[in-house]
Amino acid sequence: MKILRSIWAWLDDRLGISDTLLPLARHPVPPGAKWSYVFGSATLFCLILQVVTGVALTLLYQPTSSEAYKSLQFISHQAVFGRSLRAIHYFGASGMVLMVGIHMLRVYITASYKFPREMSWISGVFLLFLTLAMGFTGQLLRWDSNGVWSAVVAAEQVGRVPVIGTYAARLLLGGDTIGGQSLSRFYSYHTLLFPALLFGLVGFHLYLVLRNGVSEPPVPGRLVDPKTYRQQYQAMLKKVGVPFWPYAAWRDILFGSATIIAIIGLALIYGPPELTQPPSPATIYTNPAPDWYLLPVFALFALMPAKIESVVIFVGPVLTVLVLLALPFMASSGERSPLRRPWAVFGSVCVVVFMVALLRLGLQAPWSPKFDAKALPPTLVHSADPLVLKGAGLFANKGCLYCHLVNGHGGHRGPELTEVGRRLTPGELRIRIVNGGGNMPAYGGVISEKELAAVIAFLETRK
Amino acid sequence: MSNEANAAAPDAAPTPPDAAEAHVPDEPRRDFLIKLSLGLGGVAALAVGVPVVSAVLAPLLQKNPQAWRKVGTLTDFPVGSTHLVKFENADPVAWSGVSSESAAWLRRDSETTFTAFSVNCSHLGCPVRWEQGAGLFMCPCHGGIYYKDGSVAAGPPPQGLTQYKIRVNGPHDVELLTAPIPITNITS
Ligand code: FES
Repeated sequence: MKILRSIWAWLDDRLGISDTLLPLARHPVPPGAKWSYVFGSATLFCLILQVVTGVALTLLYQPTSSEAYKSLQFISHQAVFGRSLRAIHYFGASGMVLMVGIHMLRVYITASYKFPREMSWISGVFLLFLTLAMGFTGQLLRWDSNGVWSAVVAAEQVGRVPVIGTYAARLLLGGDTIGGQSLSRFYSYHTLLFPALLFGLVGFHLYLVLRNGVSEPPVPGRLVDPKTYRQQYQAMLKKVGVPFWPYAAWRDILFGSATIIAIIGLALIYGPPELTQPPSPATIYTNPAPDWYLLPVFALFALMPAKIESVVIFVGPVLTVLVLLALPFMASSGERSPLRRPWAVFGSVCVVVFMVALLRLGLQAPWSPKFDAKALPPTLVHSADPLVLKGAGLFANKGCLYCHLVNGHGGHRGPELTEVGRRLTPGELRIRIVNGGGNMPAYGGVISEKELAAVIAFLETRK
Repeated sequence: MSNEANAAAPDAAPTPPDAAEAHVPDEPRRDFLIKLSLGLGGVAALAVGVPVVSAVLAPLLQKNPQAWRKVGTLTDFPVGSTHLVKFENADPVAWSGVSSESAAWLRRDSETTFTAFSVNCSHLGCPVRWEQGAGLFMCPCHGGIYYKDGSVAAGPPPQGLTQYKIRVNGPHDVELLTAPIPITNITS
């Protein structure tokens, strides 16, 4: 016992546990923050989960273009707990993106980015983008046909950067085309470069919490004035502050642990995303789409008018970053309470609704031709006229069905044609089919006069 | 000021070196040493930086060769037909596996002429499919559609499909010249 005590005394003296670390853990925080303040620490919990499961996955993963896919098969189907590890890492990424998003919204709604916490916001913005970059590169490391094609799509996006676009795209792929060098690069970014930056920034972000204190819950009418804020804050801490550990920390730990348990639960129930075909860019019968948290961006690119898109792909992200970085300087003092900042709340709600709407659209992808659409069965064609029957066959064969819904069959890109016979005369139908327009190709050069007559006859029976 | 205080209290903690030496008269020597240390640090950083930055920028610095690849023989491609052909990129590394493959849509226009389209959609690079019945190329990602000559028919693509060079080598070998993945720029 005595020996233990002297060992403790020695360690405590040399490491400064009671002198330096405990006071940090016990630093006073404003009371009353309660549950709205747990999302930042939940993000940190997710990050730790990602690091731990990520390290475990590197024990199994082969980061070469020729072997990665096989090792993923091995991880998913043979390795001890491999499947669970992959699933936890996947749901952990989802959880982290979600928590980062909620944390950021909370900080915005309670205006915690105002004086003196501007740098906390700015480092947070970088952390947000690093988290997304981790999500994207991680998805590529799945290195199946979806991963390969996602890399191509990313290269095309950076290709829109003015002047250096093509170089940036080459740099991303590691060459002129996808190849062995591409995966090596993504692997290095995902497991070394980005984590190093993340750790540094997280450390900085946390240091700033200690330096400037956690923002107190906003009170309507209590304005932030840079001249007096710090004094008031210190006075408030002296009067009503409580030690972070354990009076505020228990909520963080409880919520963080619950988050992790939820992630593991989801992982065990749903498993990791299935692998698609092997990573050959010659495999073209594939429909590349990112994981859910990048689907809104994906959907945006599909919906944007083609004319402005090239510009928006570049200007959009740049503008977003600039606005986010400028925010704490544009509004560094004044009212913090959401009750007095209705526009901020409204804006946040709009962003969330917009994201969820884009996500839903991204999941349905109504703009994608439905390549597996089946020809209408005779019962639905419902006609004995051989011309109509021929037209129904052609409607499938010519790819019309990929984009047009008829009696519940077909895609959603174009207008539904179940009752088109009521809307359009044969003449109008002919003009649209031959000339196309908008998202409809001009079939004039593709379809013969006889075929056209059959298709029109078929469509005229749709009433 | 601080020197006097120190003189009065010899037991006090040692003066921080800065404060003590701030008045040392040998300024030029000190100046030189600072410059030397910074300079040497710079040289060291540069010496490390050149190879490291070069490794990062390697894809831009190295030569990117092109190569003729055989994709089939004349008898494989009846006149008027369109085929998906696979080929190996120009300069694959040994550990590429199947990822160094590429594909193209090859059409035999006549006895002697061929057209080969890149499978990459000019919108965001997704692989377009040739739909024989429709006579159109269609993109699964955002519904871009191209006519059979590769020009845009509908949807978001800003320009037509890129083409590969094709030649008939010897009596019947059909060869394709490999090329970079076409990157659409903002000006397109
Ligand atoms: S990538 Fe082909 S339409 Fe977008």
